[in-house]
Amino acid sequence: MVDLIIELVIIILKIGIVIGAVMMGVAYMTLAERRLSGFIQDRLGPNRAGPQGLLQPFADGIKLFFKEDFIPDSAEKLLFFIAPGMIFVPALCVIAVIPFGDSLNIFGREIQLRIADVNIGILYIFAIASLGVYGIVLGGWSANNKYTLFGSLRSVAQMISYELALGLSVMGVLMITGSLRLTEVVEVQRSYFFGFIPHWNIFLQPVAFIIFITAAFAETNRLPFDLVEAEQELVGGYHTEYNSMKWGLYFLSEYANVITASAVITTLFFGGWHLPWIEKIPMPQILLELLQIGSFVLKTAFFSIFFIWVRWTFPRFKYNQLMSLGWKVFLPIAILNVLVTGLFYAIFS
Amino acid sequence: MLKEYLPILILLIFAFVFAFGILLLSHFVGPRKYSDVKGEPYESGIKPFMDARVRFSVKFYIIAVLFIIFDVEIVFLYPWVVVYKEIVSQGIFIFIEMIVFVVILLIGYFYLWKRGAFEWE
Repeated sequence: MVDLIIELVIIILKIGIVIGAVMMGVAYMTLAERRLSGFIQDRLGPNRAGPQGLLQPFADGIKLFFKEDFIPDSAEKLLFFIAPGMIFVPALCVIAVIPFGDSLNIFGREIQLRIADVNIGILYIFAIASLGVYGIVLGGWSANNKYTLFGSLRSVAQMISYELALGLSVMGVLMITGSLRLTEVVEVQRSYFFGFIPHWNIFLQPVAFIIFITAAFAETNRLPFDLVEAEQELVGGYHTEYNSMKWGLYFLSEYANVITASAVITTLFFGGWHLPWIEKIPMPQILLELLQIGSFVLKTAFFSIFFIWVRWTFPRFKYNQLMSLGWKVFLPIAILNVLVTGLFYAIFS
Repeated sequence: MLKEYLPILILLIFAFVFAFGILLLSHFVGPRKYSDVKGEPYESGIKPFMDARVRFSVKFYIIAVLFIIFDVEIVFLYPWVVVYKEIVSQGIFIFIEMIVFVVILLIGYFYLWKRGAFEWE
């Protein structure tokens, strides 16, 4: 009984820490996005609230809470109200299976550094991440506005199209691993080629990586694929009618999805929490673990920044270009990538 | 086995409470001032005309149907991918089997391509 309670406490602590980290990441990504876009466009960006604008996310949050929570007359009231929640819940839950470190030994207790270690790891991510579509489509439809309807339709068509490429591109990595469990995906990447080049999947599956990261841009509705909220055509897209914290939840979910996508890319292609060559240096176990967690956070942060960087660098695609890129280019290449990887193992074993 | 999913259940409950807590809080905290014009749907300043329940392109339905087809095929591929490395070392049969599967899939794919299912004008 005592054991069970301790275990529950550990689970709740882990959830608190991970979700807290993700929410802080989201808060500061909104700031980073605005500051970086400022620098890219040769202006300053928000720098008034706190030193270098560091308190800006909190000012924004408080402002959003005290905005009028308004529901248009023509909207379907209930669906309009719950739709932001329906996108926010999956956005928070996807992160659960991603390992952010090996395991910590505290008070003689081995603590696995991931919220849940399920054997279907990667499938769980795809399953939960695609549930976010419901929040978008219900939000867009229930507002009873033409802009939101077309924004949400576009978004759904785009997300499901790119989900195919996403699912197929991962297969090459899974073939190398022989398991869907993300812990094992990281475990396989801990060895070295020729004794010094880290055995990261990016070196074995570069094509899969390019398809995956591009599809991740489409899945998170970020520029260059943000047809969903193309301002010139659709005003704000599916959240045109939303305001106050309901709009805020859509905004938070977008950034939470970006962070999760970065974490998945790190785990699948860049060795997860693995920090190369560090095992050879003697140091206490706890320091090694902390360094590894640090390396995971750093890699994830790098890809999150990369998402922002791309957004302010590339122009938006046209919708027909987006669709034909997904269906006519990425889908066949991803299938081919699986077959080539399979052929490679067939020949060399 | 099911114990592995306990943390996910707790996380799910937590996320629900968090999300709807935020929604309810912002619903009760903000000011409220109603006016008829404010209640109209936004149409870039023009007086709204027609309902938003309009017909939209059949293309979206086609994309949804195609997604279901291909997604099911991908689900079939996953078990193959996971066991592939172990089994291929005992014989090449598993590889040829999958070539047959993918070729049948690709025949359908190119048929759809020729019929113009992926074209957006």
